[in-house]
Amino acid sequence: MSESTIQIALVLPDLLGTYGDFGNAVVLEKRMTWRGIKAEIVPINYGQPVPDSCDIYVVGGGEDTAQTLAVKHLREHPGLQRAVTKNAVVLGVCAGIQIFGESFTRADNVTHPGMGLIDSTSHAGGSRAIGEVLAEPANGLFEGVLTGFENHQGRTVLGPSAQPLAHVKVGTGNDGSVEGAVQGRIVCTYLHGPVLPRNPQLADLLIEWATGTKVAPLDLPAVTAMRAERVRAAS
Amino acid sequence: MNDSPARLPLRTAAAVKLGNLSSTLSQKMGLGAGGMIGGRVALKLDPQALNRLTQGRKVAVVTGTNGKTTSTMMLARAVSALGEVATNHSGANMPDGHVTALSKQPDAPYAVLECDEGYFPAVAGASNPAVAVILNLSRDQLDRVGEVRTIERSLRDTITALTDCTIVANCDDVMVTSAAWNAQKVIWVATGTGWHHDSASCPRCGNPIQWQGEHWHCTGCDLARPHPNWITADEAMITPDHQKLELRLTLPGKFNQANAVMASAAAHALGVPTDEAVRRLRGVSNVSGRYRTIHRNGRSARLLLSKNPAGWSETLTVVKEANHPAVLVINAHEADGRDLSWLWDVPFERLRGRTVIASGERATDLAVRLTYAEVEHTIVPDPLKAIDQMPQGAVEVIANYTAFRDLNARAAADE
Repeated sequence: MSESTIQIALVLPDLLGTYGDFGNAVVLEKRMTWRGIKAEIVPINYGQPVPDSCDIYVVGGGEDTAQTLAVKHLREHPGLQRAVTKNAVVLGVCAGIQIFGESFTRADNVTHPGMGLIDSTSHAGGSRAIGEVLAEPANGLFEGVLTGFENHQGRTVLGPSAQPLAHVKVGTGNDGSVEGAVQGRIVCTYLHGPVLPRNPQLADLLIEWATGTKVAPLDLPAVTAMRAERVRAAS
Repeated sequence: MNDSPARLPLRTAAAVKLGNLSSTLSQKMGLGAGGMIGGRVALKLDPQALNRLTQGRKVAVVTGTNGKTTSTMMLARAVSALGEVATNHSGANMPDGHVTALSKQPDAPYAVLECDEGYFPAVAGASNPAVAVILNLSRDQLDRVGEVRTIERSLRDTITALTDCTIVANCDDVMVTSAAWNAQKVIWVATGTGWHHDSASCPRCGNPIQWQGEHWHCTGCDLARPHPNWITADEAMITPDHQKLELRLTLPGKFNQANAVMASAAAHALGVPTDEAVRRLRGVSNVSGRYRTIHRNGRSARLLLSKNPAGWSETLTVVKEANHPAVLVINAHEADGRDLSWLWDVPFERLRGRTVIASGERATDLAVRLTYAEVEHTIVPDPLKAIDQMPQGAVEVIANYTAFRDLNARAAADE
């Protein structure tokens, strides 16, 4: 049996890396390597074609002009869209949830087409949502509460084909009641922190989807302690 | 022309007097350093206090994400060659801090004011500066300050509207260059400093920025690296008349060389001969406790302040050579930014193989980052205890804003 390497595409870190989103890719890579699964991070910078052969795609948050440029690039080089049809795993954070949808409307009322990967639309909310978030995972998707830090003006409405990632207990998320979206193997969230260091259960879910095998538990005392602290601080 | 400040209107004079009294009381009662309260009182009594207190003085305002306090101190030292300088030393860099500093030295004909980026429009508007220094702009406390492009936009609007002000701007920083691009008078300084992660796309038209060595240009509009008037060149600087001057600073690091050249260019614009400016700013060694060494139980700990990814990245370069043990201290109060996502933008991987302690109120967040960076470490939340747990000898302590402030105050009280 040939040992294949799980490739984690870090999508446009030069445009969509405003909030430490590199951390999500690092967490996926390390949690696989430490368990003996070969994994590597493949950064895809602006100007480079987007490959459709990676196993996991991580897309981060960015400022408005960078986000517009990123969508343009991803529509011109539709490797990510092709990968989705081949069952790739995708994590979209903040800008991710907006650009993966059908459309997003900015504070200036201009509507931009999204990538159409998620049945959702986003628009600018009245106020910026900033602060710690706690949310209960929807549909028993993973164990334990979802924790993160949000900082966004966008509000997102899900259509019937998309499921929420979690139900908000503290904070705003998409609309004050649900947070994020799941459609097939695409997971979106507004949460930074970054989200995967804060939520190893979600990281492991993405890894299990990508590898097709159940992974053994990984005991990292610092992660357990940090989660407990953040949950306490938000409650 | 009269070189001393204009006489204050009665209302401002009374406001200043009561403000100074509050500062003194605050210090005496141990409530604070008195850096802001006096100004806060004076501004309540006279909202125009900043405008009135700067009239008749030659004012320089220093802003940017990193290096404000150091550059302000360097510039104040250099300008003191011309006369008395009123300046806000302690990092109290909002209008109340400016009013406090100006009130304490009502007769100083010069003022050098460190200014928070968010307050630059208000302060530049009120103080009619002769010189404004724009050091650099990068991501910093995104939940408090906002995104870099919003700051760039507000600086740009303010700078474009300023008349009779010489802008001293870092042309190796795309954001700063864009902010200063339409200035009526601008002096460009090549600082050679390298945080490019916030400028992949043009702040003016959104098209990609292309880099070729030190040169950069926007692929969609005419924004491009201007030809520098002053150049930072490996422990030296090159002046507009092509003179090469050795810097020989007491302060470490490339970023302090950049600060020194920015300060020299600004001092020159105010009339200080460059030799004289450099001679004076060489003496700067301890900037509100930064870079000072504290001695505890056989350990000599150098205190370094770093507030954001660009700052940490530079500081990790400074501490790289000696391989001393390192205490890293992280808090997340409002003044630090409450979102610690930025820890993942710092290349902590460079500390692999060192003795490292994660410290501060958010030591566990840092510990998670270090775990995934495969940097072995222990957790000791109290930074002084962390220093005591290090092997005897030299220790590097890198702390973010409130962590540094608290540690510095406790260390000073112990001495």
